[in-house]
Parts: sequence; structure tokens; C-alpha cells
Amino acid sequence: MDDREIIARRVAQEVRDGMLVNLGIGLPSLVAGYVPADRHVFFQAENGVIGLGARPPEGMEERDLTDAGGGFVTAVPGAASIDSAMSFGLIRGGHLDMTVLGGLQVDERGYLANWMVPGQMVPGMGGAMDLVAGARRVVVAMLHTARGVPKIVPECTLPLTAARRVSLIVTEMAVIEPTEAGLVLREHAPGVSVEQICAATAAALVILGDVAPMNLG
Amino acid sequence: MKRAIKPEEAAEMIPEGAVLLIGGFMGVGSPHRMIDAIVARGVGGLTIVCNDTCRPGQGVGKLVDAGLVARAVVSHIGLNPVAQKKMLAGEMAVELVPQGTLVERIRAGGVGLGGVLTPTGVGTLVEEGKQVLDIDGRRFLLERPIRGDFALLDARQSDYVGNLEYSLTAHNFNPVMALAADTVIAEPHHIMPVGVIPPDAVKTPGVLVDYILERAH
Repeated sequence: MDDREIIARRVAQEVRDGMLVNLGIGLPSLVAGYVPADRHVFFQAENGVIGLGARPPEGMEERDLTDAGGGFVTAVPGAASIDSAMSFGLIRGGHLDMTVLGGLQVDERGYLANWMVPGQMVPGMGGAMDLVAGARRVVVAMLHTARGVPKIVPECTLPLTAARRVSLIVTEMAVIEPTEAGLVLREHAPGVSVEQICAATAAALVILGDVAPMNLG
Repeated sequence: MKRAIKPEEAAEMIPEGAVLLIGGFMGVGSPHRMIDAIVARGVGGLTIVCNDTCRPGQGVGKLVDAGLVARAVVSHIGLNPVAQKKMLAGEMAVELVPQGTLVERIRAGGVGLGGVLTPTGVGTLVEEGKQVLDIDGRRFLLERPIRGDFALLDARQSDYVGNLEYSLTAHNFNPVMALAADTVIAEPHHIMPVGVIPPDAVKTPGVLVDYILERAH
């Protein structure tokens, strides 16, 4: 199982029956493939569909049915197409149960930076700031380090996406829950020790009793 | 009854330096024939307000390629290296706006509101230079309305009086932009006799639409 699959499988366990969920582009989008079959959820793509489905068969793509990355998708029975005001009204208005996004840094306050690296990468925030400010639960799905450099840090040095404590951080090494008391280490990945996690984390981790093994479904 | 105009006529109405609200999300739901006509005419100094700058050679990316855009008000330029290069070289000003804020600013411009109060961007770079208001203990940014000289829209179909119906994820910014410009030009894929679009299916009432683009030949 590669790192991305570990992360996607673990995040999928956070998806509860009946949720409306927004998955970001890239790694977060893999989560859809691992949601337990007994959980009926609607996935939102913020460009305007609730009830995002799988990729269409080759040659049967519809030009006007894409995800937020511009890729062709299908829609599931019960789907609805909506305009951007409705889409972000759902996001900002507390109607979106969970969003899963990638991250560049998360800090001890639980604040996320994921939209720019000054002087290097200025893609724009797209919908990320609205998603982090507005979703009921914000799950950050990311690799624990970037080329060996910890991404979980005492304080973000990159521009913040929102001044809001995210709900959960899931990496290929650990599950960490930001709380008022700091970053609580909840789970470790198979074969990864607490010492290894601490060594790969620049921020202080709070360890309360047992650190459970990750549930990968 | 609306007049059907050629793409070239639409382009000729647009003077140098005009502010254009252009529908579309990564080119899905963009008025492609009008964009081509504007590029062919070559009038520059434009401000474009759009979700994104699409990709080079696609959608509004063609306006960027042609050097016609002086200023882009968008949520995302990450998939357009030409736009990023022009921004860094100082050839094109870019105002990055969170996607949900962008659509609400346009809506405010279109429905007579003096601005919107949003939690998105509080505590981030987006807050800089903006008024922050405390409403019942929560902090909100005051974001100003946006209006355009022209709104250039894509629609699935129009009828002869300009009622518009949209398609799947091609709704995006189009219905909101229809409210927020002095001149509204729609590019429907089909033009139907009055009565074909049921009143309940009309998302943009024809009273908002000044011109429709004639059918593609």
C-alpha cells in the first residue's frame, strides 16, 4: 500500500452516512474510492454539482459535466446541478459536512496553509479559503513531510488559508487532531512508531495515553 | 423579441479598457465564440472578471495569450502558466479573490447591495486593507461589489425573448453575472421559439439579456 492509499483509506473512514462531502483535487479525490459501501453520501464539486460520480466511459464524456479540476465526471442518481452562488452558499453557510484538502503546512494552532508559496507558486486560492472557513469539518490529507522537511510546524510560515483550527490531519504516518490543548497524536500507521512520528514533526505533539493503530478499512 | 447578433458585432461593441464579466469555470460554461471574436478584433486594456484564467489557448486563456487583458479579477491562475508569467512580469495585474467571495461580490453588484460581509479570508492576506466588522461576536470582511460594462454568458438554450436555461456544471458564474453588467450578451447553444423553455426551467429571465448570439453556422 503506498503512502497516498494509506491516507485516502484512513480519511474515507471519516465519511459518515448521509454526509455532503467536498474532496479537493489530487490526493483528496482518491478518498471517494475507499468510502465503505454502506455509507451513502453526496460528493460536491464546487464548480456546480452535488452528486459527483465516477469518470465516464471513454468517448462518452459530456463537455458540460466536469469536476473542479476540469476533468470529466458523471453524476449519480439524485444529483443536482447548481450555480456558483448556491455552491458557495452551501460551503459557507454550514451545509457542507466535510471538506478534505491537501496541505503545505499545518501548525500547532491547527491553522492550515495550502494556497501559495510567496515568490514561487501563486496559483490563487480558488475555493480553498471558503471551504476551510465554512465547512463543518475540515480534514487535511497530506504527506507528513515534503522531501524530508516537516509540514507540521510550530507556526505556519506560509500564508494561511484561514485562521480556523482544522478538524483532523491525516498523513501516511499518523492521525493528528488539533485541539485547544495542541496537536493530539491519535493514531499511528502500521509499522510506524510514535518516535518516528515525533521525529518527522516539527511541532510539539500531545500524547494522551495509547496511540491507536490506524483503521484503514 | 431579442436581436440575434454575430460574434463580430458583439466584439465591436466592446471598447478598449472595458470591464468584462465572463462566465465559465476552466472554460466550461464560457462563451467561446465571443472570446474568439474579441481575440480576432484585438482591442486590449481589458479587465476580465472570471472564475479563473483557464489554460493557455483555451477559454479566457485566449484573451490572456493575445495580451488583451490588463487586469484579471479571478480566484485561480494555477493552471495557466502564461497568466502567471504575465503577472510576474508586470504585464497583467491579477487580483486573486476567494471563489465564494468573487461570486457574492458580483451578485452584490447585480442586486443593488453595497457589498457583502463574509468570514472567508479573515486572518489571511485577503484581509489586508479591508474593513473588518464584528457581527454578534463573529468577524467578517467587508467585500465590495463588482459590476461590469459587459457580461458575456454561455447558456444551453435561449428562447426568442432571451430567457436562458443552463447546462450541468456550465451554470457556474453565468446566472449571477447576468445581473451585474450594463450590457448582457448571451451565447446559447440552441435558440428556441418562445414556450419551449418552461417558465420553471428559466434561470435567467430574458429581461436581463440585451442580445443573443446568432446560431453557430
